[in-house]
Amino acid sequence: MQWGSVGEFFSMGGYAEYVWGAFGVTLVLMVGEVVVLGRRHAAALRDARRLARAGGPR
Amino acid sequence: MNWFKFSSPQTFYPLAGRLIPVFWVLAVVLAVAGLYIGFFVAPTDFQQGDAYRIIFIHVPAAWMSMFIYLVMAGWAALGLVLNTRLSSMMASALAPTGALMTFIALWTGSFWGRPTWGTWWVWDARLTSELILLFLYIGFMALHASIDEPRRADKAAAILAIVGVVNVPIIYFSVKWWNTLHQGASVSLTRAPSMATTMLLGMLVMAIAFWMYSIAAALSRVRSIILERERNSAWIGQLQESR
Repeated sequence: MQWGSVGEFFSMGGYAEYVWGAFGVTLVLMVGEVVVLGRRHAAALRDARRLARAGGPR
Repeated sequence: MNWFKFSSPQTFYPLAGRLIPVFWVLAVVLAVAGLYIGFFVAPTDFQQGDAYRIIFIHVPAAWMSMFIYLVMAGWAALGLVLNTRLSSMMASALAPTGALMTFIALWTGSFWGRPTWGTWWVWDARLTSELILLFLYIGFMALHASIDEPRRADKAAAILAIVGVVNVPIIYFSVKWWNTLHQGASVSLTRAPSMATTMLLGMLVMAIAFWMYSIAAALSRVRSIILERERNSAWIGQLQESR
């Protein structure tokens, strides 16, 4: 372990904006994809259910 | 066990549903372990300081961007040759995640290039061919979306995907074939890796985490695609009672 304090960890040896800019955006994009996937599946399931209720397969 | 059974969307849908949580859990556990190694076990680099820690997402994302493209083109080709619906759906399901990995590789590379090279972007062979990969993914999705009839869209997009495969070895070998600002491979199959063991370990654990993430994301997306495209099939109607 090379960090003397929490502040030292977050300052990343002076490269904070680059390291956290890279990791932060990656995290946001990946979590975002998971959210989008969940919504898409819920919507697809809802539409399929509605179609099934409306008289089953055409 | 008859594996061909799972080549039909109807049997694959519930199977994928059971597999997805396993891959999500693996992805999260491995990512936590990889980030722990990357931030708390791996030492500070004597040349690049802590800026090098971007490697723990940059390299896994870059590897996945190329690997997903090959798998996507493989499924697309299979769908084209064998005329199997599910293969083409798998290709469509992989494209957005592949594009995401490509974007992450470019973005994190840019944030790594700025402190180490002094520039966000340079038109060298590695960076340019990786950008072309992003355009190939976007082109695949745009072409597929522009054709109304799904099976025709599958076929047209498959051809684009197959032609685009030529770009993957160009990306991979670009650092050898041309004089690039981008460094050569730190890890290769033919010689010992040129980096500290803990750095390498963190990178490999993160790479497997990204792999598991990609599988979970693609399986989740293919389930939505199956529901969207097969909604008029009888089995979708029967699905409603169970889940």
